[in-house]
Amino acid sequence: MAQFLHKKRPKSQIITEFLAEWGIRVTASFSIVIIFLIFIFVFREAGGLIFGTAKELKPKVEKNIEGADDLKPEIYNPETGEIVTIKEPKSTSTKKKEKKSIWENLAGDIWQPVGKEPKYGIMPLLLGTLKVTLVALFLATPLSIFAAIYSAFFATRRLREWIKPTVEILAGFPSVVLGFFCLVTIVKGVNFITTFIQPGLDAFASGLGTIMPFADTFFREAFTISEFHYSSFVGGIGLGLAVIPIIFTITEDALSAVPKSYREASLALGASEWETAFKVMLPAALPGVVAAVLLGIGRAFGETMIALMATGNAALMSWNIFHPVRTLAATIGSETGEVQWGSLHYNILFFLGILLFIVSFTINAITELFVKKYLAKKFQGA
Amino acid sequence: MNPESVAHKKNNKRFIEYFAKGVPAFSAYALIILIILMLAHFIWHGLPGLSWAFLTEAPRNNNTEGGIFPAIYGTVILVFIMSLLGVPIGTATAVYLSEYAKQSSIFARSVRFGVNTLAGVPSIVFGLFGVGFFMQFIGKGIDTTLGSDIWSKPSLLWSAATLSVLTLPVVIVSVEEALRTVPHELRAASLALGATKWQTIWKVVLPNSLTGILTGSILAIGRGAGEVAPVIFVGAVYSLPELPSSLTDQFMHMGYHIYVLATQSPNAAEALPLQYSSTLVLLLLAFSLNITAGLIRMRIRKNNS
Repeated sequence: MAQFLHKKRPKSQIITEFLAEWGIRVTASFSIVIIFLIFIFVFREAGGLIFGTAKELKPKVEKNIEGADDLKPEIYNPETGEIVTIKEPKSTSTKKKEKKSIWENLAGDIWQPVGKEPKYGIMPLLLGTLKVTLVALFLATPLSIFAAIYSAFFATRRLREWIKPTVEILAGFPSVVLGFFCLVTIVKGVNFITTFIQPGLDAFASGLGTIMPFADTFFREAFTISEFHYSSFVGGIGLGLAVIPIIFTITEDALSAVPKSYREASLALGASEWETAFKVMLPAALPGVVAAVLLGIGRAFGETMIALMATGNAALMSWNIFHPVRTLAATIGSETGEVQWGSLHYNILFFLGILLFIVSFTINAITELFVKKYLAKKFQGA
Repeated sequence: MNPESVAHKKNNKRFIEYFAKGVPAFSAYALIILIILMLAHFIWHGLPGLSWAFLTEAPRNNNTEGGIFPAIYGTVILVFIMSLLGVPIGTATAVYLSEYAKQSSIFARSVRFGVNTLAGVPSIVFGLFGVGFFMQFIGKGIDTTLGSDIWSKPSLLWSAATLSVLTLPVVIVSVEEALRTVPHELRAASLALGATKWQTIWKVVLPNSLTGILTGSILAIGRGAGEVAPVIFVGAVYSLPELPSSLTDQFMHMGYHIYVLATQSPNAAEALPLQYSSTLVLLLLAFSLNITAGLIRMRIRKNNS
């Protein structure tokens, strides 16, 4: 019978069927292809740095006195002749040093890409990104996890139907609006509050010093209020606002996905509601909570507009959270528009992009392959 | 155990319970109040400057007067082209994931992994991708074959393409959800009548999930309209003498407009009222889209339960 039906199908139909299925398969592969393309093409634009082919990295041989360095920025200087004479005495030994130094330059702690002797130390950028991300997480994680616990276990059904959409409203705030919000209100608020808490911080630092002498200096270094308006703290609050909806929603989903039988069993054994929530349900949903925090880190790490607007954008090598910082993403965002295309600086900005991409990819791979699998295994029997 | 210590323990427990229930409640309420205050802040400051003229005029006098029409126009055109490019691809991917894929197959799992990864890539990296792939590779390729010089420049088209890649996961996730709500009986009935799989998808499944596709596009538009970082280098500009008229033109963008006004304006204080209004317009645009999508979604769920 089936064979008979099959025979009756016109050939065109079979061809359409075949084309449709494979067309859809090919289109579906776009998501994978794009991931590869992102990596390849961001890598390609950073190629000048990675393969050492950028003009700035080529050893300066004698023949570059004329012609070859047409495109070098120096040639546009009014004192071209002088530059050439300065460069000539450079012996082969200094050439080698120069060639080697780009990676040392990258590992340095000054980011000063414009100028006669550009410095591309990415350490302050990494430190800045780390600081902002940490501030954002310290603020957002407890708040959103506790709120998710409330929404999942303690709130009435009606209230819960209000909490979730309200937090989704926060998720709908474009990041540029959050950045603007930081700029106009949070900066003032933080400046107002910090004048009050400095004595408290000092007292805490000396108290800490009596227990651990090293911690005292570190704490003072990390928490002394500075006169700067924009800082990793202000930016961290802004990023926290961006991260809260992510952590809240995923945690809430994970908590709600824990089988009801867990809760009933715990209550039946005589545990109170909060004991059930904190000692049974939360541990059961822990992988989901970890995934939520990880994805929050990913978001905070790569967020551009808020960091660009509220962190002050100064690449300082300092642990103080009240100092301005410049994050990786903000550096890309503010400098790519103005950089000379194809220059070493341009290559390095794309290199920073690769760093961001690798971090986000890793975080996602961990949540995808490790955390979710764990979660699935855990509840398969339940 | 003496009764006193039992009472003490009980007291202790009550104390912990007080905290264990109080802290989550406090967090939840604090969060909601914070969000409401933020909304109120923008409405309070932005509403007075909002007028018909503001929406329909071009900015004048360093953005201290006039409106933001070119920015609204640029943003709307941008997200329109973006959805033309992104929604078909997203829908096809969702159709694959829900209709064709064997959930355990390596290909299906890698597609899913790709979608999730794409959702987590920082938006600024998409901007770099737009430069490296669309402008420097495709644009330059077109230019060298045609002998022109406009395609490798920042433009509306490349911005829209970049954003469509960025919003692809949004489309895929919500269309797939909609496809899954189409009852199995419909597919079975169609197949039993002798329709092929593709006919079933094209004539039964897709029409029945049209609202879902719409939701996906709306959500993607809401997301795309608010993203600034990806379009900074691929086409958005701060001010333009004319409205963009072709795909290779640059355009004004509301988010970018807000960013530049907030950080680089020569007279920030004077521009502030209009800036609040611009922000409010952007928020209203994003929220009205999100709320519409939410309502449609709720209706789909209700119809299917």
